[in-house]
Amino acid sequence: MNNIISYAHIKNNSVSVNGTPVFSSEKNATLSEFLSEAYKSMEISYPKFHKMDLQCKLGFLCTEFALQNTAFISENDLTKTAIIISNSASSLQTDKLHQHSIDDKTNYFPSPAIFVYTLPNISIGELAIRHKITGENAFFICEKFDAHLMVNYTELVLNDNASSSICGWVEVDDTAYEAFIFLVETKNNTNKNTIFKPLNQLVVTQIYNQT
Amino acid sequence: MVFASYNNIISGLGFSTDENYKAILNSELAVKKTILPFSIETFCVAKIDETLLKNRFSSIENTERYTMLEQLSILSIQDVMTQSGINPADEKALLIYSTTKGNIDLLENNNISPIDKKRMYLWSFANILKQHFNFKHTPIVLSNACISGLLAIIIAKRYIESGAYNNVIVCGGDILSEFTLSGFKSFNALSNEPSKPFDANRVGINLGEAVSTILITNNKALVKPYETQIISGFSANDANHISGPSRTGDGLFQCLNQLNVANKTDIGFISAHGTATPFNDEMESIAIERADLSGVPVNSLKGYYGHTLGAAGVLETILSLESLKNQTLLKSEGFESLGVSGKISVIDSFEKKSFQSFIKTASGFGGCNASALFSKI
Amino acid sequence: MDALIEKLKGQIIEQLNLAEVKPEEINPDSPLFGDGLGLDSIDALELIVLLEKHYGIKIEDPKDGKTIFQSLRTMAEYIKANGKS
Repeated sequence: MNNIISYAHIKNNSVSVNGTPVFSSEKNATLSEFLSEAYKSMEISYPKFHKMDLQCKLGFLCTEFALQNTAFISENDLTKTAIIISNSASSLQTDKLHQHSIDDKTNYFPSPAIFVYTLPNISIGELAIRHKITGENAFFICEKFDAHLMVNYTELVLNDNASSSICGWVEVDDTAYEAFIFLVETKNNTNKNTIFKPLNQLVVTQIYNQT
Repeated sequence: MVFASYNNIISGLGFSTDENYKAILNSELAVKKTILPFSIETFCVAKIDETLLKNRFSSIENTERYTMLEQLSILSIQDVMTQSGINPADEKALLIYSTTKGNIDLLENNNISPIDKKRMYLWSFANILKQHFNFKHTPIVLSNACISGLLAIIIAKRYIESGAYNNVIVCGGDILSEFTLSGFKSFNALSNEPSKPFDANRVGINLGEAVSTILITNNKALVKPYETQIISGFSANDANHISGPSRTGDGLFQCLNQLNVANKTDIGFISAHGTATPFNDEMESIAIERADLSGVPVNSLKGYYGHTLGAAGVLETILSLESLKNQTLLKSEGFESLGVSGKISVIDSFEKKSFQSFIKTASGFGGCNASALFSKI
Repeated sequence: MDALIEKLKGQIIEQLNLAEVKPEEINPDSPLFGDGLGLDSIDALELIVLLEKHYGIKIEDPKDGKTIFQSLRTMAEYIKANGKS
């Protein structure tokens, strides 16, 4: 039985966990400012956070919120935990930063710390490093959040080489951003702090549209 | 059972798998010292002949309506469609596209092409292919750094095994761009000479462009090209660093160890990632030794093609299938003397050998690794 | 020299996004890499970019970085000896 045990949303400068708002900041704060505030609110110390690009910060925080109050990391075999993420813009915002650094031949300073983030799956790598998760990876690019693809492929991986998975959508584009992360387990978890929703397209569509 | 079937390679060495395989047997290199339009510097890279591309593509479509990557992808997929007779409109047919940067050239400031910039979005790029071929399903686009191509093949296998599809066309492609060249240069990862995977004097990678397509199928009528099935395939993350590989090869070891290798002596060779950077090749040698595969010969095809990013896993799998079919080990170009600490034996000449199967591996930024086992039926 | 070291502290914190590090916490003679600031291989490459961008110094062989970037003081000494500004 594949269950969703927790999920988190970040959009419009607010965070909700399992459908309940848990943090927000002023509507006119920039994404960067909002993410810094959300990070501070979590009271964690993870210096690598400040080095990440916006997409990785967003995915990192959304996952931290989804994991909060769960035993997902401690109870699962992390060599069998998959990370399956998707978005629409790939790493386009950071691509533009890198492109900008090489547009002017007289001011030509491509930065390795920016270039490394011009791949969307670096956000998967950041989650893997944070929690020592070494299982399956996949980063898909879709026009919109695709519950069918996400549920379908997660099931295939759970059948083949995983017993739990971090799944979702982490998008940063010109004018909008959004993150939606849900945690899936195959075993029957005994932790009381978690919700139990069966993994299927209908449920994932419902909880995605909740906020 | 899931089979590896009809395929195509478009690279600096030709527009078909056959042309590419023959070129390799002649030790021809796609990588050459080249002056590119955007720089006065000389880069050692693998370019596709654009005049040749224009000639070929203009016979089927208007070249001005498609980007270079779209043209290459259409030609490559078309070749596989023609060979296999697959109907894209079939309910049970799917396209998976593997790429790191897609139409990244559209992002350049001086790009004056009339093509809609929206096609920078990888899904939008894939929709062009969907429309051109009239695929029934929206293509799945995978962008998972340098393991994308091999991971796309593994994903195709999973979809077919689930019964969702019978035929999955996996296409991988990336073009040479100032974007990626400048980035890898800032990483100090480029070699100015043809790269030397696993060699003591290796200094870095060459970048290359290529598009490759392979049909993954459960249709027994389509097994003819290789009579080879995909036994198993997995990915794993190092959980160590976003750009540097694990010094102890953890992720690659994990996914190599999961392959269901019945008999190691059946394995003719490992087609490694072998980018020729000091850290990558060292890591791979350690992972191979840890997986107790030191006795299996290893090659890297990056000495011929450079690193073709999203195409690499597909291209190298196809050439490995040719190697299996022809019972010939492919020389690891650029290799002279071993320069890694893990115990491996690198293939230093073309060699006839009787064998049943091979392993393909890939590793990439973000700590990702993948491996798959292919075997004769 | 001390002024240059202070300037470098600010530039390093900014360029390497060391948001949780305060300038006074960086000892000019402590190793930059290893445990101290938690710098990694990408940071080493970024320091090369920093030298080129702010001081017009091009390091051709990144292996030289090892000696140049031992500490803030060795970095400042290198800039003094080779810099244009």
